[in-house]
Amino acid sequence: MRTVRNPNVLTAMKELAWFAGIATCIKLLLIPSYRSTDFEVHRNWLALTHSLPLSQWYSDETSPWTLDYPPLFAFFERFLSIFANLVDPKIVNLHEGLNYSADTVIYFQRISVIVSDLCLFYGVYRLSRNLDSAKRRMIWILIVWSPALIIVDHVHFQYNGFLLGFLLISLSCLEEGKDLMGGVVFAVLLCFKHLFAVAAPVYFVYLLRHYCRGGFFRGFGRFLMMGAAVGMVFLMAFGPFLYYGQIEQVIRRLFPFGRGLCHAYWAPNFWVFYIILDKGLAFLLAKLGINIQAPAASFTGGLVGNSSPFAVLPQVTPLITFMMVLLAMFPCLVKAWREPRPGMITRWVAYAYTCGFFFGWHVHEKASLHFLIPLAIVAVHNLEDVRHYFLLSIVSCYSLFPLLFEAKDYPIKVLLLLLHSLVMWLGFSAHFSKIASVKAVKPRQRRDKMGSGGSAAAKEGGLIVGWVGKRYLLGLLVVEIWGQFLHPYLLGDRLPFLPLMLVSVYCALGIMYSWIWQLGWIIRCP
Amino acid sequence: MENRRERKAMKDESDDARSWLVHWGTAASSMFIVVFALFVRVAVSLHPYSGAGNAPKYGDYEAQRHWMEITLNLPAREWYHNSSTNDLSYWGLDYPPLTAYQSYAHALFLRFFHPDSVALFTSRGHESSFGKLLMRWTVLSSDVLLFFPAALYFISVYYSGRRSGLKDGMSWHLALILLSPCLILIDHGHFQYNCISLGLTIGAVAAILSKNELVACVLFSLALNHKQVEFSPWYCYALASILFISCIVTLIMYWMGLCFFLQMSAYFAPAFFSHLLGKCLRCRNPLLEVSKLGLVVLGTFTLIWWPYLYSVDAFLGVNARVEFLLFPLSSYLLSLLINNNTWSMLLLLLIRGVLTLATDGRPIVFSRLAPFERGIYEDYVANFWCTTSVLIKWKKLFTTKSLKLISFSATVSTFLPSMVQQIRAPSDQGFLYALLNSSFAFYLFSFQVHEKSILLPLLPASLLAMEEPLVYRWLTYFALFSMYPLLCRDHLILPYVALSTLSIILYYSPAGRQGTRERSSPPLWKVLVISLIILCSIVLHIVYLTFQPPERYPFLFEAVIMLLCFSQFALLTIYTNMKQWTLLDCSAGMEKEKKLL
Repeated sequence: MRTVRNPNVLTAMKELAWFAGIATCIKLLLIPSYRSTDFEVHRNWLALTHSLPLSQWYSDETSPWTLDYPPLFAFFERFLSIFANLVDPKIVNLHEGLNYSADTVIYFQRISVIVSDLCLFYGVYRLSRNLDSAKRRMIWILIVWSPALIIVDHVHFQYNGFLLGFLLISLSCLEEGKDLMGGVVFAVLLCFKHLFAVAAPVYFVYLLRHYCRGGFFRGFGRFLMMGAAVGMVFLMAFGPFLYYGQIEQVIRRLFPFGRGLCHAYWAPNFWVFYIILDKGLAFLLAKLGINIQAPAASFTGGLVGNSSPFAVLPQVTPLITFMMVLLAMFPCLVKAWREPRPGMITRWVAYAYTCGFFFGWHVHEKASLHFLIPLAIVAVHNLEDVRHYFLLSIVSCYSLFPLLFEAKDYPIKVLLLLLHSLVMWLGFSAHFSKIASVKAVKPRQRRDKMGSGGSAAAKEGGLIVGWVGKRYLLGLLVVEIWGQFLHPYLLGDRLPFLPLMLVSVYCALGIMYSWIWQLGWIIRCP
Repeated sequence: MENRRERKAMKDESDDARSWLVHWGTAASSMFIVVFALFVRVAVSLHPYSGAGNAPKYGDYEAQRHWMEITLNLPAREWYHNSSTNDLSYWGLDYPPLTAYQSYAHALFLRFFHPDSVALFTSRGHESSFGKLLMRWTVLSSDVLLFFPAALYFISVYYSGRRSGLKDGMSWHLALILLSPCLILIDHGHFQYNCISLGLTIGAVAAILSKNELVACVLFSLALNHKQVEFSPWYCYALASILFISCIVTLIMYWMGLCFFLQMSAYFAPAFFSHLLGKCLRCRNPLLEVSKLGLVVLGTFTLIWWPYLYSVDAFLGVNARVEFLLFPLSSYLLSLLINNNTWSMLLLLLIRGVLTLATDGRPIVFSRLAPFERGIYEDYVANFWCTTSVLIKWKKLFTTKSLKLISFSATVSTFLPSMVQQIRAPSDQGFLYALLNSSFAFYLFSFQVHEKSILLPLLPASLLAMEEPLVYRWLTYFALFSMYPLLCRDHLILPYVALSTLSIILYYSPAGRQGTRERSSPPLWKVLVISLIILCSIVLHIVYLTFQPPERYPFLFEAVIMLLCFSQFALLTIYTNMKQWTLLDCSAGMEKEKKLL
């Protein structure tokens, strides 16, 4: 058995290396592109972890970009800062390095992201190595060449690829039945970035029912073991800060609830509809002659304080969003409780992140990566999944467009999305036309099919997006054209928030569809 | 047993990959490749251009911008004319008129969005991020409008006659042509418009392959009028004299064909000429065919030069300026315009052409022909003259005049065999080889060659990538390497690394060239030699970046790079010439077979 698998493993790795190599070249080329303030944030963290003792990491306020990721990420930055110091000591200088933008720092940080993506590649490889080669390739295209990841990590600047790699490794462990390992890796991930905690309930229920089974004592023993392992991870991460008495400060930094419901640019989720409804009602009531007090803070202004931004509808608190997320997740938790199947865990986790994105408090549009990437793993299995994923990935990638607003980045984001949709369309239609041709095994017809492979694939392509989906994607194009060209031309400087609002609302529709679809799938699934 | 199983598993895997690719559908995957190539270009254009922030002369970017400024603000008649508004010593326009028109069109685009960047006088040395963006977009748009359609045209023609089994490599081939790293780096990094002239050339090649000779003539004439790097006046006279002799011998005045011949004095010209001539000779009425081609070429040239044809002085002035002039041709054109006594004029002009060749190479009417004053080589180009100058000091041993003669005869004798082959047996495959060989000949031996001229041999090599994958791979690698010092100066090391890696990865794509995969592994000594050379080049890359050269030899590393590249280019030239000649036998055999069928 081993001898047969070995060459397969080798070719699989070679092929993955090919896909990863192309992605790496593209990432290298994108080094001089626009970078957001997150770049300076991470540089500051490098300096901070390098030049200050551990006890001051979470209390330092030299720069406004204070450390607000969990300790393991801080350790990771400390690790990187060793090399940064070798490359250019000014990078890790807390005071002189502020807003440092020499080539050295740009190259160093960008390349650190590119190298840390190896973690993502390993995760993808683990998850897809046992699939057949066509599916495997599609998964690699979807994840390794993901435009959303490139936009967020390699243009905007963040380390999501690296973190998602941990998530994928954890999921692959669970799928293979190595529950303890999966749990530990997930704990590690949480200590890197706590935003991933949204899926913790799913993990908890799943591990409780799948790992801690087999009688009360055995189950309890396993529960203790899992608890001890996860606890160890947390202790290793948070222990030093506990020792220095910094833990309160750490927690305060990690959960800044004073930030408000929405970001300056509204992530396309449920609250967009809520805000729009509020505005609409306020407008309507004002027309009817009822006096409405204008809200003290406005969503379009950017910063949102503590005062209620709603004119008519009730105030939304973090607790409410938290409850809503849990409520939305509930069907999935029930399913996981009743029948914890390893094959379903990826979907459940992705669904949990979708819920977190759709109902969460102060959600970043970048958080859509959390469900986009795991969903890619399951997207290739049947036509229904493909249809859903095709739409979802385009919508969520499009919702990232406002991240890059400079003229020089415009063709980059458009071409990335275009390439992604093209390659998805081609790959999926080829994949499913092949399945169709295999199903219709009529030797006489088979020859004809081979001859007109291209046209058959094109016909199958129509199946991938339905009628509504096509209209919806066309609408996306209209929104983009309006925002980029017609709006400045027709309205000039009036209503400057309108294009972004349109993008949010329109993408929120797509995300809502995806949420409902996933929910339906999970409920329907036997 | 185990071994066999393994092999079977691997075979299944590759079969799977193959069917996967076939199912993609060629048209659709071509679309993907086109968008990807565009994306790579956009990404490269984020990087700096040549001479960025390097006052007072800047670089090629400023030259192009300045031409836009000049063409936009002055009437066409003054573009090439030194005046108070047009200082020719500061990046004066010295490219043929088609470049000027292209600059004018781009200038209109720039003026619409950002008038400051093309304002007369005040915009000198203009550098702004928006201006850079717009300039980059002009190159991108010309690439998309000319090079991409031409490449697609070529691919569709090249694969149209083939069985479907051979079409597998089509996408791979297209990707190699569109993602040629050197062209992208020079056009979108360094900043030039090579995509226009090369795109026109590919179009002409494709037209020849699809038997549209007249279209090919138009396209190639346009290509010649875009960039005179493909041109050198010297060869016009020389070629004219060759033709003259042949005319005497045959006693047939291909008078129109003669003109045609004269136009084609570019890197690719010998190939185009010999192929077309070879074809015409096989027609029922060669004279008619040749004169048709000649008329088309003449018409194209007249159209392009129209604004300067109002007076003899203006015409010659522009010619002198762009160092374009084929003296006999222009005089011939004039004679057409001025009097109708063509026959006698033509003879006279030919004689004069030969005379100028014999005397000085400097026609009496021209006051300046700059390239001859510059010397036989510049910088460190991996061609014969520059490389051998390490041992033989050509510039000291010979006068410029005799050097011209030597370089000319060396070039002609290098491309002559491939020309003869094409005239004897014109074939599509042979034509592509002839393009490669003649451009190699010019690159290696002609007078005043630039590093960037390696793009010209690279083009036919990429067109031949299906037949000669290794030649393409090897040539791309060393062409890139030969431009390495130039790109280092432009701060383009990062895209250099990224693009060369990308090209290697694409070359070894898992579902790529099914038809051309090497059947057997090469012998050990070959592998050793190849890896040794590659190792050397990698070490040189690093050494060039990190070490300071010794003070006595400040250009030591450049010289070593040049030596290595030249040796490889020379080997490739010999190999492709041999290959072209062995084609002759094959094609003869093929034709016999066809007749039998």
